[in-house]
Amino acid sequence: MITIGVLALQGDFEAHRNILEAQGVRVIKVRDAQSLQECDGLIIPGGESTVMSQLCERYGLWEPLQARLAAGMAAFGTCAGMILLAKGISGASRNFEQQTLGALDIDVARNAYGAQVDSFEADIEVPPVEAGESAEPLRAVFIRAPQIVRCGEAIEVLARHGDQPVVVRQGKLMASSFHPEISGDARLHQLWLKGVEKESGSEIG
Amino acid sequence: MSETNGQLNGHGGDQKATFRTKVGLAEMLKGGVIMDVVTPEQAIIAEQAGAAAVMALERVPSDIRKEGGVARMANLKLIQQIKEAVTIPVMAKCRIGHFVEAQVLQALEVDFIDESEVLTPADEHFHIDKYAFRVPFVCGCRDLGEALRRIGEGAAMIRTKGEAGSGNIVEAVRHLRAVHGAIRRIQAMPHEELMTEAKNLGAPYDLVVQVAKTGKLPVPNFSAGGVATPADAALMMQLGAEAVFVGSGIFKSTDPQQRAKAIVDATTFYDDPAKLVECSMELGDAMPGLDVRQMAESEMLSTRGW
Repeated sequence: MITIGVLALQGDFEAHRNILEAQGVRVIKVRDAQSLQECDGLIIPGGESTVMSQLCERYGLWEPLQARLAAGMAAFGTCAGMILLAKGISGASRNFEQQTLGALDIDVARNAYGAQVDSFEADIEVPPVEAGESAEPLRAVFIRAPQIVRCGEAIEVLARHGDQPVVVRQGKLMASSFHPEISGDARLHQLWLKGVEKESGSEIG
Repeated sequence: MSETNGQLNGHGGDQKATFRTKVGLAEMLKGGVIMDVVTPEQAIIAEQAGAAAVMALERVPSDIRKEGGVARMANLKLIQQIKEAVTIPVMAKCRIGHFVEAQVLQALEVDFIDESEVLTPADEHFHIDKYAFRVPFVCGCRDLGEALRRIGEGAAMIRTKGEAGSGNIVEAVRHLRAVHGAIRRIQAMPHEELMTEAKNLGAPYDLVVQVAKTGKLPVPNFSAGGVATPADAALMMQLGAEAVFVGSGIFKSTDPQQRAKAIVDATTFYDDPAKLVECSMELGDAMPGLDVRQMAESEMLSTRGW
């Protein structure tokens, strides 16, 4: 059975854990470098990116995270998690040096859809988990969401809202600017887990 | 819960300000610390310490308590400056029942409104109809009935009240235990007893039925009022709070920077005593505390709310 870590420093990590457990994978909370080493893949949840990046640094998680991602660990980031995985950010905090892990070749703009009153839901076309399956649109919940403003050559855009890419993949790394964990739709998690499973060679469930 | 005030816009099926986007922001603040700030400089310290959001207000609760008079919504210029100073969500308080203060805060695009007992109530019978707003609301409660009345009015987040500005955690513990105890009690009830229980709680029947079924509030439940130390924050988290509000506890201590950081750390590592030692070791003095049993009922802020 594969082990998926959920970065549990701050944010809606419990919502991710609920979805993952329903997929029959072992889920552990990651708050230190030791638990990170047990993971076949890592979810970086929604929350405040400024809080997560600071706590990562304060508790010695930043370098181990970068090292594991460089060595090819699978990861899926939603909203704040996408910001952490990205190469570049605009709209970062002005009050400390907000870094990113730089694993995913995209640039993002924080809070680019506006203030909380502009947070929204939308129907998004997503690729089917199994080829040939018909795919219902996914109800995507965008909360003070970041926008993807640049995609590198290795980036595959899996879904768009209007012209705007909102789900991207680069090998075993995936990210969405919205929160699939909030609407409880497991398809993006399943899609990502398929990639993790293939690489690790172990069965899910 | 119905999505009563979602607004349609451009793309097919796009909806702004639904109940789910409101509760969604509360979900994102889980496991975090929301800090009261009265200046942009304090907001910056809060963001640097790892606050998940800040609450902009004119005076922290312990000063409101000391100075007396009418406590109102904060100066708008100040809220604007705080919004410009940080990138994390900015909340602001309005008086209970003062829906025009709330309209103004919404027009200013604050991220969350706290209809708060810490300010002087504007209405001694009715709270704000929170479904009428696009911005999400948080409200205080002392027990399950009060929590469900506020959710029935459209609150997207609940915080147990505690006793703001007291530096004393006892009321926060009492209120959180009261909510969780009542939830456990109604979970054990046969269905036919729930209507009378709803009457006794003074809570909407459908929400009572929902809580009996799920065993939790329909919106996130945070803790407020009296947190002064990292151990206080961890205590509320271990008791089941999903995040922590800290009012006077940070900027009325002798070491706001370190204390803010330590309370953030303690909220993340709430169940790890070794980490709690590590983050609390270098702290100076906490804010002075008040014995709430020496307080007259009229001095208690938590009794405001209907």
